[in-house]
Amino acid sequence: MIEQLLTDLTIFILAIFVGYEVISKVPVILHTPLMSGTNAIHGIVLVGAMLVAGMPEGPFVRVLGFLAVVLGTINVVGGFLVTDRMLLMFASKTPGAPKPAGGGK
Amino acid sequence: MTLPPLPPNVIRVAYLVASILFVIGIKQLSSPKSARNGNLLAAVGMLLAVIATLLDRQIVSYGTIVVGVLLGGIIGTVSAKRVAMTAMPQMVALFNGSGGGAAAIVSSLEYLRFARAGFAVPPVAGVTILVGALIGAISLTGSIVAFGKLQGIVTERAVTYPLQKPINFLLFAGILAVMVWLIATGEPNPTVYAWFAGAALLFGVLFVIPIGGGDMPVVISLLNSFTGLATAATGFSLHNYVLIISGTLVGASGTLLTYLMCKAMNRPITNVLFGAFGAIKTGTGGSTAQSAAGKPVRDISVEDAATMLAYSQSVIVIPGYGLAVAQAQHNVRELADLLKARGVDVKYAIHPVAGRMPGHMNVLLAEANVPYTELYDLDQINSDFDRADVALVIGANDVVNPAARTDTSSPIYGMPILDADHAKHIIILKRSMRAGFAGIENELFYDPKTMMLFGDAKDSVTKLVNTVKTL
Repeated sequence: MIEQLLTDLTIFILAIFVGYEVISKVPVILHTPLMSGTNAIHGIVLVGAMLVAGMPEGPFVRVLGFLAVVLGTINVVGGFLVTDRMLLMFASKTPGAPKPAGGGK
Repeated sequence: MTLPPLPPNVIRVAYLVASILFVIGIKQLSSPKSARNGNLLAAVGMLLAVIATLLDRQIVSYGTIVVGVLLGGIIGTVSAKRVAMTAMPQMVALFNGSGGGAAAIVSSLEYLRFARAGFAVPPVAGVTILVGALIGAISLTGSIVAFGKLQGIVTERAVTYPLQKPINFLLFAGILAVMVWLIATGEPNPTVYAWFAGAALLFGVLFVIPIGGGDMPVVISLLNSFTGLATAATGFSLHNYVLIISGTLVGASGTLLTYLMCKAMNRPITNVLFGAFGAIKTGTGGSTAQSAAGKPVRDISVEDAATMLAYSQSVIVIPGYGLAVAQAQHNVRELADLLKARGVDVKYAIHPVAGRMPGHMNVLLAEANVPYTELYDLDQINSDFDRADVALVIGANDVVNPAARTDTSSPIYGMPILDADHAKHIIILKRSMRAGFAGIENELFYDPKTMMLFGDAKDSVTKLVNTVKTL
């Protein structure tokens, strides 16, 4: 039990550092897509929803599990698609010529 | 329908690969060139994790899951494809709320499993379940209120009522007390749990409703990190590493992003969340052309404004939320193209908090095919205002308010602003003399170099375009 908790906590703490490091150098121009993209990633809760919805339980649990799966999928699918739409607009306008986007100079 | 279950270790490897793809995806999202690819990688990681989960032997009934995924997929696709670019912030809020709701339900079902089995809830499980449910529920209802405020269903103003802070504090303290009690007894009690969940949902509403519409970007960013943390909490409950890693990644990055946004406004997060900022309205914003101090405001006609723009050498456009609301981004681009054809140097100055989300303005202008190289950050452009002939302010207000530099009593004191007042002339397109989201008078409007062009941003810009064409 405690061993499991320590493993979970280790992963949790390291993930905090990764999350911090990985985005600390984002230009302002990409803040909205980034927020939207990370928003889609926490849709991973869908995995948790599938696990609880797939267990052999009564109708009440079924209904709630179903709802969780629907909500999780909306988060995932909607999140990735809307992020892609935002980024598509940038992509079409950057033929090579890298710009120090929001780099501060 | 039965699928061959995968061995648990294979699933764990799939989760590991998915986690790596998320990290690389987020990394790539931070550079314009690779951003789209990063989003795609993260989506692939998600698909991998979902498929691996489907083949988990714990899952025995597929019907619910398949129908749920199909329904959610259709709703998600249709709303993501249909939403107008101006309405994106509230769409992200809704997607975020969905995730929060899912996390809250997952946590609650875990609790219910203990109750059904008649087992005592171990303290660690109790903490993770209750924390996941609390944060997920706040994120769900908070996001819905944020959506309502941005969509105009709920008033944008900060809603305040007597004893608001004590009531919120008591509610939150009560929720925490119930949580401690539930954890301490360990006895599963679905009735008390239901009350706890209801109170958490209510708290999400009360938490966001006193925050003004102008601060919604910060709120959405914060709720985004909340959902991440709620997801991580469900990972603790289910001992699922991909949930812990991905949820925490989002929790950490969302918190950092929230901090960056507050820093751009030079306001501590506590001020945004608990300041009931929008409530400090100096007036209801009448349309008189006189300020509270009785200072005169100079109007300018469309013809004069168009002439001034057409015969300048350098124009800096400062877009604000008013431009987004009026959907004037395409017209602005047209105006800029006309000016450029006449040899005018046109640049766009983007304040970090312009619009409703950081980067919102960039997205809107990109939609209107404004070349990415013409958009400049605050730091990049501020020295250029000294040489600019005209600063054209379209629907922006607080981000050009000189009070932020000088007036220590102003709520936005210290916020970095765009130095529009350094330009030789300032033309401000504005609907009325209404104060900005922050509800603060703007000295710039009374600057002798400033001329106001009143009207809907889109109308005004269209008229400018037509007039410039005739010159």
